[in-house]
Amino acid sequence: MALDNSDVEKIAHLARLEINQSDIDEVTGRISNILAMIDQMQDVDTNAVSPMAHPFDATQRLRPDLVTESNQRDELQKIAPATQDGLFLVPKVIE
Amino acid sequence: MLSKTAAELSQALSRKELSSVELTQAFLDRIATLNPTLNAYITVAAEQALAQAAQADDMLAAGTGGPLTGIPMAHKDIFCTRGVLTTCGSRMLHNFVSPYDATVVERLQSAGVVMLGKTNMDEFAMGSSNETSYYGAVRNPWDTQRVPGGSSGGSAAAVAADLCVMATGTDTGGSIRQPASFCGITGLKPTYGRVSRFGMIAFASSLDQAGPLSKSAEDAALMMNAMAGTDLRDSTSLDHPVEDFTALLQNSLSGLRIGLPKQHFTADLNPAVQQILQDAIKVLEGLGASVSEVDLPHNHLSVPAYYVVAPAEASANLSRFDGVRFGYRCENPLNLEDLYKRSRGEGFGDEVKRRIMVGTYALSAGYYDAYYKKAQKIRRLIKQDFDDAFRDVDVILGPTSPHTAFKLGEKNSDPVTMYLEDIYTIAVNLAGIPGMSLPAGMLNGLPIGMQLVGPAFSEARLLNVAHQFQLNTNWHTMRPEV
Repeated sequence: MALDNSDVEKIAHLARLEINQSDIDEVTGRISNILAMIDQMQDVDTNAVSPMAHPFDATQRLRPDLVTESNQRDELQKIAPATQDGLFLVPKVIE
Repeated sequence: MLSKTAAELSQALSRKELSSVELTQAFLDRIATLNPTLNAYITVAAEQALAQAAQADDMLAAGTGGPLTGIPMAHKDIFCTRGVLTTCGSRMLHNFVSPYDATVVERLQSAGVVMLGKTNMDEFAMGSSNETSYYGAVRNPWDTQRVPGGSSGGSAAAVAADLCVMATGTDTGGSIRQPASFCGITGLKPTYGRVSRFGMIAFASSLDQAGPLSKSAEDAALMMNAMAGTDLRDSTSLDHPVEDFTALLQNSLSGLRIGLPKQHFTADLNPAVQQILQDAIKVLEGLGASVSEVDLPHNHLSVPAYYVVAPAEASANLSRFDGVRFGYRCENPLNLEDLYKRSRGEGFGDEVKRRIMVGTYALSAGYYDAYYKKAQKIRRLIKQDFDDAFRDVDVILGPTSPHTAFKLGEKNSDPVTMYLEDIYTIAVNLAGIPGMSLPAGMLNGLPIGMQLVGPAFSEARLLNVAHQFQLNTNWHTMRPEV
């Protein structure tokens, strides 16, 4: 399926990705080519086939609802760009 | 000495012919000389490696070492390593130092290996040439104008150029097997779920699988012994007993039934590659194997189905990189949406952004059934083809890649052409079964890989076939002059 630039802008917004306006034609062309390749799938009748969610039809493993992790706040905060009083500092972005 | 296998070096270490510290230093020296040309490593952890080597020497002296104790290796930069940079080949994680080790890293460390550093890779494992890394392309040691394959290209190039003895890789659509083929080494993608994904940065969760890249099938078996097994920290890890992957290596191939997919041996396959495979098949027949044709009628749909499933899962997995939680953050955001969009727009490379958008589109309202659900149905057809084939044969043999390593930049202009590089490997990931690539010949001075595929949990059998082939050929012992 061929897309136009406005479709790509909408997808980029849904994906929260900034695309430079100067690149938009190229991005649209390349994504359209990928979708054209993917569209080969539509030639196959799959009405009688059930979707495969897992190659071995495995189901999610369950475990007792118990706390197993220890508190590693200090360790985890070491890798943060900025912390204060045991809290992560993030840029002020809420209007 | 540096070109020897882990099995050979293990004997030398246990006989005290050399120490792990000496061996580690020799690899570090070679990395310092050659890495500026090859760009196989993103991070070299010299100090830590020498400390681990000293510990390994203590274990060997005390007689408590195992077959991998003191062996210098490298990890693909997709595996979290405590205290050492883990970038996943992306600007997004340019400063990420993990506070924990991936299970694979932890298990190999328990086996006594020495980690030399972290190897270069396509950004978030998205690529078939190792040209999408934020840290620059890796060069193939057989010809530095050519790609090493991707996405585990740094690991494959490092093993091939003797910048480590062995390395970890990950394979979502062929990313262990294709670079192994291009670099002339042995690579194994295990059954989905046999090796833990905990601490491995997720690309496409239902396809990603960690595995070994090594100089021989025997070394791959030794690595699998350390890597495989259930991990309660990974909900997709399979509860399947861990066997001794070296147990079958010496078995005879008498009676082995090999299937050749008619969809792989067509006029489209380079005749020279075809001839190399036919010669390899003759070697296996000489060892007692028989050959027949098998049919994989939906193989041609594996690339389209993959490029729905993998981007869809990637779009969800990579949503965590939002400019807040870790990694790259844009300068002076105007508001929250601007922070998200610019951090992701500037932090991700073109190929990653393309796949996130394809995935977002395939999962968006109105397109889910036509794309994602359809791809999951085709996935079942592909799996059924393999199930049917394995009723008649024990292993399937074919090419790993359509050709030898291509030139840097040759396929960059068209993503679809690049995607077709994995035409022979992707179906294996969709079906969740094991596959491996091993050197089968040379063409114009470049290696050609042969792919072996087996039913679920048949890794030991694949390693057996590969080991017997390697006992009777010398393709895997060839090394590039760098």
